[in-house]
Amino acid sequence: MSGPLLLSVRGLGVRYRAEGQSVEALTGIDLDLHARERIAIIGESGSGKSTFGLALAGLLPRGSEVSGSIAWPGLGAAPKPGKDIGIVFQDPGSSLNPVLTVGEQVAEVCRTHLGMGWRRSYARAVELLDRVRLPSPEGIVRAYPHQLSGGQRQRVAIAMAIAGRPRLLIADEATSAIDTVVQAEIVGLIRELCSADALALLFITHDIALASGLVDRIAVFRAARMVEIGPAEEVVSAPSSPYTAALIDAHLGLDAA
Amino acid sequence: MSVLRFLRTPEGAVGGFLLAALAFVALSAPVLFPGDPLAIVGPAYLHPFANPAFPLGTDSLGRNVLAGVMHGARTSLVIGLAAAFAAIVVGSAVGTLAGLFGGVVDEVLMRITEAFQTVPAFLLALAFVSVVGPSMGTVVVAIALSAWTAPARVARAEVLSIRQRDYVAAARAVGMHPLAIAFREVLPNALPPVLSLASVIVASAILIEAALSFLGLGDPNVATWGTMISEGRNVLRSAAYLSIAPGIALMVTVLAIYFAGEGAVEAASARRIAS
Amino acid sequence: MSRTWLLLRRRLIGSVPVILIVVVGTFFLLEAAGGDAVDAYAGEVGADAGLIEQLRQQWGLNESPLTRLATYLWALLHLDLGWSVAFSRPISGLLMERLPNTLLLMGTSTALSFGLGSLLGVVAGARPGSARDRVLSMGALVLYAVPGFWLGLVLALFFSVQLGWLPLAGIETIASGLTGWARAADIARHLVLPASALALIYLALYLRVMRSGMAEVWRMDFIRTARAKGLARRRIVLRHVARNALLPVVTMLGVQSAQMLGGSVVIESVFGYPGLGLLAESAVRGRDTPLLLGIVLLSVVTVIVVNLVVDIVYALLDPRVGAEAEGAR
Repeated sequence: MSGPLLLSVRGLGVRYRAEGQSVEALTGIDLDLHARERIAIIGESGSGKSTFGLALAGLLPRGSEVSGSIAWPGLGAAPKPGKDIGIVFQDPGSSLNPVLTVGEQVAEVCRTHLGMGWRRSYARAVELLDRVRLPSPEGIVRAYPHQLSGGQRQRVAIAMAIAGRPRLLIADEATSAIDTVVQAEIVGLIRELCSADALALLFITHDIALASGLVDRIAVFRAARMVEIGPAEEVVSAPSSPYTAALIDAHLGLDAA
Repeated sequence: MSVLRFLRTPEGAVGGFLLAALAFVALSAPVLFPGDPLAIVGPAYLHPFANPAFPLGTDSLGRNVLAGVMHGARTSLVIGLAAAFAAIVVGSAVGTLAGLFGGVVDEVLMRITEAFQTVPAFLLALAFVSVVGPSMGTVVVAIALSAWTAPARVARAEVLSIRQRDYVAAARAVGMHPLAIAFREVLPNALPPVLSLASVIVASAILIEAALSFLGLGDPNVATWGTMISEGRNVLRSAAYLSIAPGIALMVTVLAIYFAGEGAVEAASARRIAS
Repeated sequence: MSRTWLLLRRRLIGSVPVILIVVVGTFFLLEAAGGDAVDAYAGEVGADAGLIEQLRQQWGLNESPLTRLATYLWALLHLDLGWSVAFSRPISGLLMERLPNTLLLMGTSTALSFGLGSLLGVVAGARPGSARDRVLSMGALVLYAVPGFWLGLVLALFFSVQLGWLPLAGIETIASGLTGWARAADIARHLVLPASALALIYLALYLRVMRSGMAEVWRMDFIRTARAKGLARRRIVLRHVARNALLPVVTMLGVQSAQMLGGSVVIESVFGYPGLGLLAESAVRGRDTPLLLGIVLLSVVTVIVVNLVVDIVYALLDPRVGAEAEGAR
């Protein structure tokens, strides 16, 4: 189901510098991602999984040191965030601008990357809001984020992420701040959009069970390193690293409780 | 330790140095220029640097400008500090009571605070001094009359958040008197954010005092920068230095206080990051 | 639009006790000065005890304080602020004559300081910590420390006395016979110095508020989202960061209106600009307490109206305002 090589990461390391101290956030990461492939990055907070997504998109904070290489054979050039990579962040409450309409926030992506005028961008925004299954998109286009529910806001965030027709969608804990029922809907939506638009997916999460139903491959991060990577069923049923096994057990225990 | 951290910020260093210099000037004024700075000591309209005995010259009556500026520093600092002290004491008391008792007490006190905030501070001071009569004391009261509102609001907000914490509940459980809780348990903890307003209050008090005396409502018996600027204003064409010298002194003083305030804020935030 | 109306209604109702408190306050100040007025009058004219008693009767000073407060309130309700001894005219007419001049000065200064201040604040806040930011922030702090009336004097000294470019005092050339646009231009020339003196200080304030607001907004999650969307830096700075940082600046506009009105008193005095401030100075010199307190009352009403306008503007800028009130209906 996956296509030609989109992304190739070799020996990627990231260090953050703060207050004169340098902290290792990632080290020695190797990963290949193919077009249309879905991959999950699993890890606890502080494992470096979010840093990995930001590094791919070129959105690391100023002052961070990057080593190793990130190549994009599938693009032929350095990717532009918003155009080649769409990103959905964790908290839909704070990741939308509170004083701009939902429509403007979706439309500005079309205007920036698709060379459309404002009128066409807004028309496209309505289509996109419809695609992420928001009810009456003509009305929502004029709404402000605080008028929407958490799940609706996250759908808006997904609409913004796919508005530039990217090749890769990064979902950075995109479902962690939402309650379970809506979570399932959002995961379904992401799966559907990835198939329809032939998108590759980087699904960053701490929830291995949620990821296993969605992705082709799972990579497990721990303390800045990748401890394991493999096909989803294999990692879940026969984890090679004791840490992964512990993660799965913890999760099962949680479910049983 | 925290003083060191304060002096290590550029603003703190500059502000601290300037304030120390100003304090020195204010304290040494009666020693260097004993006697009344308002007394006539030489020929009129002596320009600055013309006579080494009067480095900043003399005014229209032949009074020593340098003596006036130095004694004016005393007046400004004393009034600024006294007014700020009064404003912070009254403001934090009002804010603490409002926050602690809530309900009708809170409603009434906050309406009064709002009313005082709506009256332009300078007009209120002007009206008060013009009714009661100008003296150091009335000027201090006049300035504090509008300056207490900001500390009151901040103290109230702090108290509202502190009220929920454990040690207050504990004090209540052992049957402490509400007023004792207010002033022994809550107020000391609410005070730091209130005190951070001090620099702005002192600075604006000094500016209001200067404006009052500029309009002839300062204490007539002491040297003030505002009065000096106002007297120089009539001879702006021929002797601009009479207005410029005290004006610069005023500006440097206010700036020093702002710098010190910024330095303190930065030192405090550096401490938060370090800990 | 209904949320704006709800907000307005709440604010208007809230301002009633505020005005009442201020009126009672001015009444007591008037009381404190009232006895003095008779004494001062007697001292000047040399009246005997009989005339003093008659005056007290006439000025209603022998009634109980509560009755006098009621009389005072009743008069205020009819917009009767009393008689100005210094100008020998009814106070309300005097105030209405001067109010437009002060509003013109305040409006011009506000537009100047808010416009330029927030613009420079955007420039400084576009890159917090940059050299440009440090220079602008420091310059603003220095400017903010300058006493307004002294700045006015220095501006007058430089631009009127030395260079002779601008008129030194007044609101227009006396007996110039100018009409229409020529008169407007004349008034504008007279307005430049007092408006600048008043504006420069608040410019510094708005610059700093805008700048620190932007520094805060830069750390918000939705700015990370905007960067992830690949928007042009210019659009992020203006449409996302500055647009949000504008809100506290607008709030400050309301908070500072009272201070600006107070500051204009001294500025008007420096430039002999015939507004409420100059009138206040005359009232002080003429020991005309009723006039002075009339000015205080009018200022309070002005501040309340300005704050209402600011509230409306804020509600237009921030879609979240009044959302709960609307939902609760």
